[in-house]
Amino acid sequence: MSKPQFKTDLPVLLPAGIRKQHDNFRIRLWHGVALFAFCLFSSGYVFAVEDGAQASALATLVKWIPLLLSGFIFNIVISFCAMALGTFVGTILGLGQISLMPAVKGSSWFVTQFFRNAPWLVLLFFAMFLLPFEFDLGFVVIPFPDWVKAIIGLSLPVMANVSEVVRGAIASLPSGQWEAAESLAYTRRQTLWLIILPQCVKRMLPPWMNLYSILTMATVLASVVGVSEVMTLTGEALAAEGGRTDLLAPFYSFVLLIFFLYCYPIARYTVYLEKKFAVKN
Amino acid sequence: MNWTPDQPMVSIKDVHKAFGDFEVLKGVSFDVMKGEVICIIGPSGSGKSTLIRCINALNDIQQGSILVEGQEVNDPNLDKLELRKKVGMVFQQYNLFPHKTALQNIMMAPIRVLKRDKKETEELARQLIRKVRLEGKEDSYPGELSGGQQQRVAIARSLAMKPDIMLFDEVTAALDPETVGEVLLTIKELAQDGMTCILVTHEMGFAREVADHIYFTDKGLIIEHGPPKTFFDKAKDPRTKEFLSQIL
Amino acid sequence: MEAFFEWFRVLYDTTGINLPFLYDSYDRGRMLDGFLTTVQLSVICLFFSVIIGIIGAWLQGSAFTWTRRIVNGYIQLFRNTPPLVQLYFFYFAIGTLLPKVETDWGGQAPMLGSFAWAVISLSFFAGAFNVEIFRSGIEAVPKSTVEAAEALGFTRLQIYMDITLPLAFRVCLPALNNNLVNLVKTTTLAYAIAVPEMLYEANQIWSDNVNVTEMMIFLLIAYFVLVGILVWAMNSWERKLKIPGYG
Repeated sequence: MSKPQFKTDLPVLLPAGIRKQHDNFRIRLWHGVALFAFCLFSSGYVFAVEDGAQASALATLVKWIPLLLSGFIFNIVISFCAMALGTFVGTILGLGQISLMPAVKGSSWFVTQFFRNAPWLVLLFFAMFLLPFEFDLGFVVIPFPDWVKAIIGLSLPVMANVSEVVRGAIASLPSGQWEAAESLAYTRRQTLWLIILPQCVKRMLPPWMNLYSILTMATVLASVVGVSEVMTLTGEALAAEGGRTDLLAPFYSFVLLIFFLYCYPIARYTVYLEKKFAVKN
Repeated sequence: MNWTPDQPMVSIKDVHKAFGDFEVLKGVSFDVMKGEVICIIGPSGSGKSTLIRCINALNDIQQGSILVEGQEVNDPNLDKLELRKKVGMVFQQYNLFPHKTALQNIMMAPIRVLKRDKKETEELARQLIRKVRLEGKEDSYPGELSGGQQQRVAIARSLAMKPDIMLFDEVTAALDPETVGEVLLTIKELAQDGMTCILVTHEMGFAREVADHIYFTDKGLIIEHGPPKTFFDKAKDPRTKEFLSQIL
Repeated sequence: MEAFFEWFRVLYDTTGINLPFLYDSYDRGRMLDGFLTTVQLSVICLFFSVIIGIIGAWLQGSAFTWTRRIVNGYIQLFRNTPPLVQLYFFYFAIGTLLPKVETDWGGQAPMLGSFAWAVISLSFFAGAFNVEIFRSGIEAVPKSTVEAAEALGFTRLQIYMDITLPLAFRVCLPALNNNLVNLVKTTTLAYAIAVPEMLYEANQIWSDNVNVTEMMIFLLIAYFVLVGILVWAMNSWERKLKIPGYG
């Protein structure tokens, strides 16, 4: 026999996430910058004292900064392209997950789960080795250089995650919205495009931005498969300097720093959006 | 100081309490004798809840004295465990432990705090469940019970500590109207058994029926008090009159 | 068993589908080692990241402003930089600073090997997420429930052990699961510093046998199953801990 279920207003298990900051202090951007700068300078300084014959680690780093930054811009380009591609395919896949046709629904679900559970690096390898280096359409040959393959490889997990975000956002809308639209004689397609999706965009934005941040940090994986982005260039710069161990800390710190400078504001803005939408709803 | 049952069980003298700059209690005094039922009424924000929370040291006070069976509550070296064994409290939001069944909720404090025997405690807990008329709900989790049922479990949970005094902080305020009655009935029976009770309530009919004495508070002060009959029918202070006219 | 493995040799001869890690005992050993290393790495990192999470959440409740600031700084640093670069930083930058130790046969070896550095780096990475997960769980336990326990005479420690932790843990569990699944996936990064985990061993095998397609598909399935088992185990644990009437 099932027990009667009562809805209670007991304040148990408040939703995680929507809570007041009990501490006014927040890590601000300059805290991170200061910390990194400290690491950079201190490590550079220690070794400069030890070894006067060579150029100081810091001076060497400064020499390489323009090249490293150009590599980082390449990372950003990869992240934009992979995000665009992943979002586009992922949205279709997410809508497929709420399809009324069992075959579409089932296969969309499976593809989503499969690519969501696979490690990003494995998917990147997957795209690197299994995609052809060019694609022959008969009348035109599209070349697939490594960086294009990297974009495709990185867009696979993005696609799967976007699919889940879309499905989750649609599922989180109260069913009353569907019923109200149905009672007004909207078709399912009209309901979806005119009523449901416009409301979902807001809900999807924070997790989508979070995903972008994760993707940006994942672009360095492309170095493992030989795309010359910032991490590859860092390795090459270190090799060109003759493998000086005193350069390792400042160079890697610098890479950490530029990613932090790029991703931290995104993370803060995501939190801000989450709070803003949480209050409104 | 030895306390004897002919002295007040709770003796409150000139209690002041402020949250930051906001003074909630501005010198409140009254006594409660053993077996008495006291109702504190008044507009919201008048300090009623704060007052009874001070009695079992959930809130501390800045000035004055609260004696519970001769034990001074306003004392930095207060033995809170000793105090809370004597004083039971029931909250507006029931505050049951959601991960324990009704029976476990009742048994937990005697076993963990008083180190009582498990078997004896279970016996007592089942007795209390019957007393609050919840036979059959022993193994239900709080989430499976209605507000009124949860509140009765909360009362039984407090009684399991065998307190001398029970504090009720607007215990029916969060309930659906149809379950208010069952909780009030439980409290009434408790009062008839001779339990010393201090209630903060908005249920005027109930207060009139069970209370031995009624205190009306406004802006941190006791404005007027008396036995229910005189209080409700012959209120003198204009603030009391206004409050009663609004609520009755 | 041998017959079963031999079947895959026949499969290779007849169809060209080459799965040497099944019919070749040497490759089989490599693949199994890789799989076990991945499991080992995951379990050890899970353990330490949860420990870091608990300690961090506890430190965040500290009365000292600077303790909280340092914990916050740690979280933001590790959350907003690529885990791969963190790994390189630990392994190359910090690893080379540590003194070398004598090996048994007189050579010099780094004090910590690549496996140890992978454990350290990945634990700190996943730990940064766990701190926030645990903190939000503890904050989600209503103050009034704690107060009720206080009114019943529970001590602070009893309240923490009997009320706060059991409730907070239930709130955390979904987010924790998610993070632990991510951690298992992130262990593939150890490939970059030559920890012989599953991806690394698979790479060795496909280099020797030139069977990238088969190995790739096998890898995807292997991780899918591994993560699937973890998700299933955690979900059934979550269900077991679920309180009737909520959620």
